Amino acid sequence: MFTAGRGRLVALGAVVVGAAIALSGCASSDPLSTGGSTAGAGKTLVVGSQDYYSNEIIAQLYTQALENGGYKVQQNFRIGQREVYLPQLEAGKIDVFPEYIGSLDQAVNKGLGKTAPGGTADEVYTDLTSVLPDGLKVLDKAKAADQNSWTVTKAFAKKYDLTDIASLKNVTEPITVGGNSELETRPYGPTALKSKYGINIAGFKAVEDSGGPLTVKALVDNQIQLANIYTADPNIKSNGLVALTDPGNLFFPDNVAPVVSKKVDAKAAKILNAVSAKLSTADLVKLNDQSVTDKKSADAIAKAWLKDKGLVK
Amino acid sequence: MNLLGEGFAWILDLAHYGGLNGIDVRLLQHLAISGLVLLIAAVIAIPVGYLVGHTGRGRALAVGLSGGVRALPTLGLIAILALSIGIGLEAPVIALVVLAIPSILAGAYSGFEAVERGTIDAARAVGMTEWQIVRKVELPLGLPLLIGGLRSASLQVIATATLADYIGGGGLGHFIFLGLKTNKYDEMLAGSILVVVLALVSEAVFSIIQRLVVPAGVTAGRPKDVRVRSSRSRAALG
Repeated sequence: MFTAGRGRLVALGAVVVGAAIALSGCASSDPLSTGGSTAGAGKTLVVGSQDYYSNEIIAQLYTQALENGGYKVQQNFRIGQREVYLPQLEAGKIDVFPEYIGSLDQAVNKGLGKTAPGGTADEVYTDLTSVLPDGLKVLDKAKAADQNSWTVTKAFAKKYDLTDIASLKNVTEPITVGGNSELETRPYGPTALKSKYGINIAGFKAVEDSGGPLTVKALVDNQIQLANIYTADPNIKSNGLVALTDPGNLFFPDNVAPVVSKKVDAKAAKILNAVSAKLSTADLVKLNDQSVTDKKSADAIAKAWLKDKGLVK
Repeated sequence: MNLLGEGFAWILDLAHYGGLNGIDVRLLQHLAISGLVLLIAAVIAIPVGYLVGHTGRGRALAVGLSGGVRALPTLGLIAILALSIGIGLEAPVIALVVLAIPSILAGAYSGFEAVERGTIDAARAVGMTEWQIVRKVELPLGLPLLIGGLRSASLQVIATATLADYIGGGGLGHFIFLGLKTNKYDEMLAGSILVVVLALVSEAVFSIIQRLVVPAGVTAGRPKDVRVRSSRSRAALG
């Protein structure tokens, strides 16, 4: 009888949760059309975010900073991937969107039938400003970047005095690389390490979880010595890993920057730039960690950070 | 555009042979993984299956357990195992052994169970020991069903061994994972075709073996009636 009652309770719970999801889906089913309707009012700004927890935290930073500056903000978070939201941005239905300059630059160039030239963060940023369609603007980029990296354990880095990618030359033992199988064929993959830095890679082990827990474990267990992990992944911090710096721009720099519509006036731009100015990769990792490890909400994480940096009282 | 044709063309391209990720190397790895898994699974499952089949004890447990284990998703099992024992060949091999055991176990015990009760009684009547009954009566008569179990286990293992390369275990999964992530569908299809071919070869080989191992006496005069389980009592070991 207990189990039956419990079963019913679970079923009821499932219905409630399902209904809640369905209803929230209804509530936001038409979110993209509302931004345009307030055009001219100049007060309500629509902030969007990708369906990626870290991106949502940044969107919260923008939202709360703008609200603090007297703007009314409407949130359209977790919209999906770039293919989905970029057209909406271009149509002026979203006014502020946290972006990653390298990836966005590649996507916009691809849309124009061109290949992004790459280079330093500044070069990528300059290229991005030139290819963005009319009506869209990228504001100042933050120091914070969330991008591919070559990562090693702290012990390994210490043993061979590793700081940047080129210093992998110091390593005298065979290096096995681990990551998604496509990593082996990427322009920044093992072949590039050899051709660009003269680093010998002894082997490649496929670990198909995009730098997730299996990759981290393999690295910590020394089954692989070099892995591709996103720089803002809190796993780097929690497992004492070292993401080697990339002075040679092997990777496309993916600094965080807000992409904005014309409705974002000079004052709003100043507010957003102030946020970017304070946001370092270390900050971003900390913010992500609070989400992954402490399971805090994006809202609360953003509030604490803005206060800490003196951006919001 | 004929994608299937492109898949075959990819396989026939000599540039895709040799080296660590060559078709030849990956194919051999796949065969080796599958063979190793079948061997380990057989070593575990056949004795247990025979014991269950000969004594008639623990059948419900064996059936229930092996049936339940079949429901385990192999990829999930690989990921969980890898989180504790690390990447490489071990986790996929264990997960695949778990996948292979139910079929072999079923083949082993059903092979013994399918032996005519009268035949066993006759064997006992002429003075055979339990061990002789197992060796000279139940084993040869049950062999075709055991091979059937191995056959279906082999098919499943060959198809599922593609997951081994999820954590760097090697095998044909490489082409499928890589093709999928980089939109190289010809490569992905090539990997799939190779797996299908391996599976078909395994089916053919096992079906031939299955036919060859049927004892001559059985083919001469197959019993017409098939007994049901409840009408049978089983000899106990010891």
